[in-house]
Amino acid sequence: MAADTGQQRKADLREPAGWRRAKNRIATILMVLSFVVVIIPLGFVLVTVVAKGASIISWSFLTSSIPPAVLPANFGGIGPAVLGTIEIVALATVMAVPLGILGAIYLNEYGGNGLLARFIGFLSDVMTGVPSIIMGLFIYSLWVVHFGYSGLAGAFALGCLMLPVVIRSSYEMLRLVPNTLREGAYALGATKARVTMTVVLPAALGGIVSGSLLAVARAAGETAPLIFTILGGLLSANTNPFSGANTALPLQIFSNASQPYTGAQARGWGAALTLIAIAFILMIVARIVTARFSRYSR
Amino acid sequence: MTATAPADQPTRAGSAGVLSAKRPLGDRTFQIVALAAGLLVLVILVLIAATTTDQSTSWFAKEGITGIFSKTWNPTANQFGALSFLFGTAVTAIIALILAVPVSLGIALLLTEVVPRRWARPVVYVVDLLAVVPSVVWGLWGILVFAPWLQGIYSSIGNFFNGVPVLGNLFGPPTDGASFFTAGIILAFMITPIVTSLSREVIATVPTMDREGAYALGATRLEMIRGVVLPHSQGGIVGAVLLGLGRAVGETIAVALVIGSSATITSHLFAPGYTMPAVIANQFGEATGVWKAGLMGLGVLLFVFTIIINVVARGVVERSARRGRGA
Repeated sequence: MAADTGQQRKADLREPAGWRRAKNRIATILMVLSFVVVIIPLGFVLVTVVAKGASIISWSFLTSSIPPAVLPANFGGIGPAVLGTIEIVALATVMAVPLGILGAIYLNEYGGNGLLARFIGFLSDVMTGVPSIIMGLFIYSLWVVHFGYSGLAGAFALGCLMLPVVIRSSYEMLRLVPNTLREGAYALGATKARVTMTVVLPAALGGIVSGSLLAVARAAGETAPLIFTILGGLLSANTNPFSGANTALPLQIFSNASQPYTGAQARGWGAALTLIAIAFILMIVARIVTARFSRYSR
Repeated sequence: MTATAPADQPTRAGSAGVLSAKRPLGDRTFQIVALAAGLLVLVILVLIAATTTDQSTSWFAKEGITGIFSKTWNPTANQFGALSFLFGTAVTAIIALILAVPVSLGIALLLTEVVPRRWARPVVYVVDLLAVVPSVVWGLWGILVFAPWLQGIYSSIGNFFNGVPVLGNLFGPPTDGASFFTAGIILAFMITPIVTSLSREVIATVPTMDREGAYALGATRLEMIRGVVLPHSQGGIVGAVLLGLGRAVGETIAVALVIGSSATITSHLFAPGYTMPAVIANQFGEATGVWKAGLMGLGVLLFVFTIIINVVARGVVERSARRGRGA
């Protein structure tokens, strides 16, 4: 668009005055610079994490138990944290994704433009902006005070973070499903629930799955909610996510980052690389799912 | 809610409910389950407010309104004033916005007005990658790599401005790698993706006809942006900035690692400070009694602030979007 009009302008006999062109040029350069300003720290972080993390990562690092912080880098690993992250994120996904999709179904299929649906949609957008630390404090006051620290409590907190994200992304996908599909199914005499479950949902599934995967990736990297719900600080794995303190990768990075010992810091970088790798893999899978299975896109 | 509930009103293929007054039980159950899932959002928000307030009553009761907004936070002396944390949160968020907003707007304009669509996609991916890096990884990098590097720069800037009237108070010594400013920079990295993507969405709604009109009158791209794009998308951009502010205010772990953890109120931006989420995260484990209630109370204040910011931001965005469609 812009390129077209630019050419038209060039064809014009009168070019803008020199100082106007100069200002325009400067503005364009500033825009490009703003992108460069963003690339530099991003590249810096990723390169540092890969450079410092790659040397320590091995199968035994990913599976052995956490050593005391004073030990040098070649001792122990982050096994309990990897296991904890998998347990907690899996539980959170199982809770939040179905509820989020159901919520989106309500908003798009039942609520329509009604006052209640618009109110809930608004609240869910607002809930996306609630800081993750608040979810941790919330589950602490609601659950941990009564039932103690556990992986399940961490999953509740992460689930609360994921819920509005899943609602929003699923809602956008359901909205893209053409009405003619629904009408075709109604014409065959199907009930609304059946139409939703067998026609609308499968049609939007690709987008919903990829949106949910992105929500999972975000939740897996969250630290703040876990401090108040799974406590951390253990050295050996807790295989039971339903009781007792647990640990997770972000929490392990957090505690290693504030250690003065180089061994602990090295293990922190290793855990950071593992965490970023998990997030990237989920993101790439989400992109593949979008590319392969999305029938309707914006 | 019955079968003829107003929720079924929209005729968009939802007419099944209208056609048969007696819908099968399973059908109605499904609707109720979906409604319950939707209402869960409301329930969670109400529960957050109720349970966290309940856990912090002893702090509100002990300190009162003047005590809460007093300066001293000293758990050993049983003093729990939150002012220094409010100050730190405000300062870091403002630094983050000052750094992130021009950059985000620049990228958004670059994507919508300059770069051809084919190139815009990889640029968006790169900016979104900033959001994929977890908060704790920013913090780890911030405290082990970035802050030590900044320390030298801060001290030379500090020496340069030492004794200069106003600037000396802002940038002069004491300086430390872990400081308000470092936290502000890290926050700026973290909020850039959301401000960029929201501004980009808003700017994309500017009608092409308006743009072409400006070009037809002989405007340069900059003049077109200033005359057409910015006035049209002002409201939405304000909303995007507010949502960025909400993120910056609530960001915890990265800030907790690089802020320097010192409950002080100072004009020196290169000095260590503290923010509300950071102090909650750092002290919660060892806190007991009123101390713990105080940290929980800081959470309540934080929740109220972010809810207000987000409600206002969403309202602004929605209104400008509606006006954009109408125009």
